[in-house]
Amino acid sequence: MSTEAGSLADLGAAIVAAHPGADIVATVRFDELTLVVDSSRFVDVVRFLRDDPACLFINFTDLCGVDYPQRPKRFDVVLHLLSPKHNRRIRVKTMTDEVTPVPSLIDVFPAANWFERETYDLYGILFSGHPDLRRILTDYGFEGHPLRKDFPMTGFVEVRWDDQEKRVVNEPVRLTQEFRNWDFLSPWEGIEIAALPGDEKASQ
Amino acid sequence: MTEHNLRNFAVNFGPQHPAAHGVLRLVLELDGEVVERVDPHIGLLHRGTEKLMEARTYVQNVPYFDRLDYVAPMNQEHAFCLAIERMLGITVPRRAQLIRVLFAEIGRLLSHLLNVTTQVMDVGALTPPLWGFEEREKLMVFYERASGARMHANYFRPGGVHSDLPRQLVEDIGGFCEPFLKVLDDLSDLFIDNRIFKQRNVDIGVVTLEECWKWGFSGVMVRGSGAAWDLRKSQPYECYEEMDFDIPVGTNGDNYDRQVIRMEEMRQSTRIMQQCVAKLLAPENQGPVHAREGKLTPPSRAEMKRSMEALIHHFKLFTEGFHVPAGEIYAAVETPKGEFGVYLVSDGSDKPYRCKIKAPGFAHLQAMDFMCRGHMLADVSAILGSIDIVFGEVDR
Repeated sequence: MSTEAGSLADLGAAIVAAHPGADIVATVRFDELTLVVDSSRFVDVVRFLRDDPACLFINFTDLCGVDYPQRPKRFDVVLHLLSPKHNRRIRVKTMTDEVTPVPSLIDVFPAANWFERETYDLYGILFSGHPDLRRILTDYGFEGHPLRKDFPMTGFVEVRWDDQEKRVVNEPVRLTQEFRNWDFLSPWEGIEIAALPGDEKASQ
Repeated sequence: MTEHNLRNFAVNFGPQHPAAHGVLRLVLELDGEVVERVDPHIGLLHRGTEKLMEARTYVQNVPYFDRLDYVAPMNQEHAFCLAIERMLGITVPRRAQLIRVLFAEIGRLLSHLLNVTTQVMDVGALTPPLWGFEEREKLMVFYERASGARMHANYFRPGGVHSDLPRQLVEDIGGFCEPFLKVLDDLSDLFIDNRIFKQRNVDIGVVTLEECWKWGFSGVMVRGSGAAWDLRKSQPYECYEEMDFDIPVGTNGDNYDRQVIRMEEMRQSTRIMQQCVAKLLAPENQGPVHAREGKLTPPSRAEMKRSMEALIHHFKLFTEGFHVPAGEIYAAVETPKGEFGVYLVSDGSDKPYRCKIKAPGFAHLQAMDFMCRGHMLADVSAILGSIDIVFGEVDR
């Protein structure tokens, strides 16, 4: 696929040109074409990608979220599509935050249903127009969105069978050993010299 | 019976049901024996793999992929290794490529043997699984002899495979192929033309090609509906380009076509295995199984005893691990169940920032609702068997 890098850039440019005013950013990296779209035009662009004869990305591959807590719009919604006709893949990204819903893709691709439910479940990203935005992977009655970066690895509750009550109970998690996050990153690589204590006086 | 006596039934299928192929709970709404709606409840095997991966280094994350689709473990590792290697721009040595292809095809046999024979069991036959599992046992011994583990192999590593195969093992795998084709013929005789098997599977669970694409199907599901789409041919990775094999394609998109395709794919996989074995035994294909660039793979034991540099490299690799340049990539392989993809986001550190696992079974199971509508209750388990679900990968 490496020979297609040029044509991927052309395709990206053609898609951008077909949507004036939509503010699409197309980039090619690792031989993959990525479009960043504003969420208001997300469905339009995806429908265009499915129907345009030069695109024909008719196969829904994947939809997922990514969390960047330091950004104001902290979530990326990342969609992957495949065009069997042209043997190409494309990635479409849009950004949102905890409260702004992203328009659902169900009308364009029915397969988006479960993938959007999963994204809602794991990140709390809302999708407007989704008929059935229930949790899917986590337990019945689960609270929180586990794949957010601020959700602790160990979670908040643990589940056990209570023999007296004859039912499963959720309790606050008790760790016999504190969760250990091994940080093996070398302290000497990529360090900001100015960050060393005492160095700030050097320029004075 | 008067009008007001008629009511629909809601039936819970699973989570503990032998035909559910794992922990699946299906809430079926029935009108008599006709299925009106299917609501699969998944997540009973959810282990938070993607969350766990964000706290571990790339090397430590490889074993998680064995535990996704646990009937064909090495095929998943393959996708993850390819994603890392593409981001780092590393080419795997030829011998490692051949070993990977060989074991990816063994994985395909493992998965198809399990799926085809248990689907036959779902529709009423008992002997095929017994015959199929005997062959699976032999294949898992090959896994064990290569990696030390029958299932959770952790054998494909970024930059190659864990260790070279002994010559005897390559020869034994070669010796397995020819008799296995005979077993496949016997299995075909046993059920492919069987009247009951056909009655239960022909024209059941039909999907058109257009539906396949828009519901996100891949692999055998797409090929059963008539598209000659196989990532090993269309977007070849490793050394699939030089392998000689055919893609079986169905015409009707029903359960029966899918099972016949799986049987034929096993024959094609055996062909690929034979070619790999011949190449692995050839003198020009001896050599390293680790890429030496980028310090992705550990130095040899002997080297570590002599060289301080090698010792430091080994220590750093298994504590800090290697760094992957910042960026994102989607790498997909053709696993037995369909297109298994890894969407990897790296922030330049030694741990993945985000790793989304795209499991083919997730999209296939989602379609249970429209595939089962209007079918009888008994067809639900036949359809479920034919879409080849393993909960390790659906629930992650």
